[in-house]
Amino acid sequence: MKRVLALLLGAAMLWAAGVLASETPKPGGVLRFAVGAEPPNYDCHAQTSFAFIHPVRPHYSTLLEFDTAKYPAIKGDLAESWAVSKDGLTYTFKLHKGVKFHDGSAFSSEDIKATYDRLRNPPPGVRSVRQASYVDIASIETPDPLTVVFKLKKPNASMLTNFASPWDCVYSAAKLKQDPRFPEHNIMGTGPFTFVEHVAGSHWTGRKFDGYFRKGHPYLNGYVAIFISGAPMVNALAAGEVLAEFRGHSPADRDRLVKALGDRAVVQESPWVCSLVVTFNTKKKPFDDQRVRKALSLAIDRWGGAQALSKVALVRHVGGLLRPGYDLAASEKELLTYPGFSKDINASRAEAKKLLQAAGVPNLAFTLTNRNVAMPYTPVGVFLVDQWRQIGVNVKHEQLETRLYLAAQQRDNPTFDAALDFNCDFMDEPNLQLQKYLSHDRSTINYAQQTDRVLDDLYDKQSGELDKKKRYALLRDFEKRALDEAYTIPTIWWHRIIVHDKAMKGWHITPSHYVGQDLADVWLDQ
Amino acid sequence: MIPTLLGVAVLVFALLRLMPGDPVATMLLGDGGGANIPLQVIEQERARLGLDQPMYIQFVKWFGSALRGDFGISMWTGKPVVYEIGVRLELSLQVAVMATILAILLALPLGTLSAVFKDTWIDQAIRLFSIAGLAVPSFWLGMIVILLLLTLFHWIPPLTFTPFLTDPWENLSQLIWPALSVGYRYSAVSTRMMRSSILEVLQEDYIRTARAKGVVERLVVARHAMRNAMLPVVTVLGLEFAFLIGGLVVTEQVFNLNGIGKLFVQAVARSDFTMIQGLVLLVSVFFVLINFAIDMMYAFLDPRIRYR
Repeated sequence: MKRVLALLLGAAMLWAAGVLASETPKPGGVLRFAVGAEPPNYDCHAQTSFAFIHPVRPHYSTLLEFDTAKYPAIKGDLAESWAVSKDGLTYTFKLHKGVKFHDGSAFSSEDIKATYDRLRNPPPGVRSVRQASYVDIASIETPDPLTVVFKLKKPNASMLTNFASPWDCVYSAAKLKQDPRFPEHNIMGTGPFTFVEHVAGSHWTGRKFDGYFRKGHPYLNGYVAIFISGAPMVNALAAGEVLAEFRGHSPADRDRLVKALGDRAVVQESPWVCSLVVTFNTKKKPFDDQRVRKALSLAIDRWGGAQALSKVALVRHVGGLLRPGYDLAASEKELLTYPGFSKDINASRAEAKKLLQAAGVPNLAFTLTNRNVAMPYTPVGVFLVDQWRQIGVNVKHEQLETRLYLAAQQRDNPTFDAALDFNCDFMDEPNLQLQKYLSHDRSTINYAQQTDRVLDDLYDKQSGELDKKKRYALLRDFEKRALDEAYTIPTIWWHRIIVHDKAMKGWHITPSHYVGQDLADVWLDQ
Repeated sequence: MIPTLLGVAVLVFALLRLMPGDPVATMLLGDGGGANIPLQVIEQERARLGLDQPMYIQFVKWFGSALRGDFGISMWTGKPVVYEIGVRLELSLQVAVMATILAILLALPLGTLSAVFKDTWIDQAIRLFSIAGLAVPSFWLGMIVILLLLTLFHWIPPLTFTPFLTDPWENLSQLIWPALSVGYRYSAVSTRMMRSSILEVLQEDYIRTARAKGVVERLVVARHAMRNAMLPVVTVLGLEFAFLIGGLVVTEQVFNLNGIGKLFVQAVARSDFTMIQGLVLLVSVFFVLINFAIDMMYAFLDPRIRYR
């Protein structure tokens, strides 16, 4: 009996060792993945697209980064540790020792200072598109080469997570001093991969940086990002020519890939920090009337629509101004109390008709301006047109290519009636997601053109509120007002679907397609 | 050539700027990220690209540089337009050449046979082949080819371009498929033209004379008919070749070819004015040069044609 038990125990140990061995990262291999578009230039601080992040991010480090296995938790990247003062005005970071740039030069706190000075006060000719995120920084001090101290003018609830922004690539202070525009055409970071080549229109190649400060990383010898989109990209995945694409697939593409790849397919799904919103042109009648805007929001059956559309489009989740599931977002119970979020759609639509009657436009007709991008703009646009038809509103669906679409919403002479717009960010953060709802003179991405100082005031209050409970309450006040005024209304939040080959391991999906793309922890099980 | 190019340059320059919309807004606000970009950044970018200057100054600066071979900097990538085109030109040229060779190899014999064996089963078969080539869009054929390769062999052509001299096998395994897809349609047009042309020539007096002299039919066709029938076919081949340089937009998308057609579409989607202007001028130059080459070919094929 003892012998049998010993044999069984030995077998169990062997099995466990086998399991562990298969999950122990293996060094080597070159990861080939697809990217649906190409980075315009090489400067992180000037970019807004995933097309930049996916091929370029592996060359750089940031001060902090998101722990993708535990999103939204943050961990250090170049920062070994950090401390935030109780009043929220001082952020002190201790940096890793022995970090080198790809040209062999040593990294120090001066590089962090130079990077963040460039982000918040770009020199002439340098484009920094996220200056607004760093306006609260009063000064940056470097008491020693491994310490950097940020002092703020006022508390900012998102400052710590801002330091984890994937767009805050750390540049060499020496290179910036020689040429502030150096990063536009040169890649030189401290990240896990060095730059090898960029063949315009074709691909981007990176090679393992042997001097990377995190020992044992990266596991890959290199990567090749191939610029390919649409059906050819899906074909490439099905044929195994690329192992992954990190933005997201539609449900139909997912099903096709699972069928083609069989047991080689791994599907990872997550809610997405992206939503489509309807923006009304408040400079144009009758959308200057709050009753009309609110009526159009009430008419939309978000719950039913999410269920139906999730089968054909990459939308799925019903939420307010913040992503459902995020800890500062409204709970479902709270959502149900907001206009346009009741599950009794008939009652909502009856109220909508009354509002249109009261506003004097019972047979309203207008044009919904949309982008000519299939997923998910087209299905959501069609859905909205149908929803408004249920209350007797006739809507023409006009899909335009990007330039004309933006032209219709231009600041000095907006010609659109209502437009379907997107709101995507690198993380769940009200300071980012709510910028679309700020007054026109404070936000270049507010196409509704309204001025609402109540909303501006609530935004400013929540922005500096470090107490989570108080911030939550302020956000609910903001949300209630924004949804009641309905200058811009949320529709349905996106759902991210990634299908990759099982050979690629160590990559975890998060609600953001901008985060977790340095590839330092990715390995190939081949 | 210069007046033609000047006319094209003025037209494309004006049309781009007459369209509504702002290329800087497209660049900064049109794609992901949702960043609340300060207005002064947008204005700064407009000034950097010279879009704040009067249109005539923009045109004079650009066209003046273009005449010296400098087509400016891409508004999107910041790299020279000449560089961006140069990276892609080899592939587009190679596909065009391969498709043209295929078209010639098919069109000349098939068109001739179809004419010589008019109204026989050979003629019917060749006409069916060429009409199918005209009816089937080349990009659709390309999609079918890709799907067949994927389904039957679990394989697709390489995704990145390898120059022929670096690795001929890799190069051909990528480009043979789009060349076949495009070349088929190309050959169909030329086959039809060759057939009509041969039929017309075979009615000529000198053909009757050759037959009357006792020349065998094979030599009548090869030595007398074909050469005289080539003129319209050369025109068609030449114009189709010029079109292939920048016109294979959808085919390049299907096969993921990093060619001039794809660059064209991207430039238009990005409102990259300088790139669009450079590409239109490039294609115009090609058309002019190819027309010139066709005219020279006429003189070679028909000694009666001489240019003063």
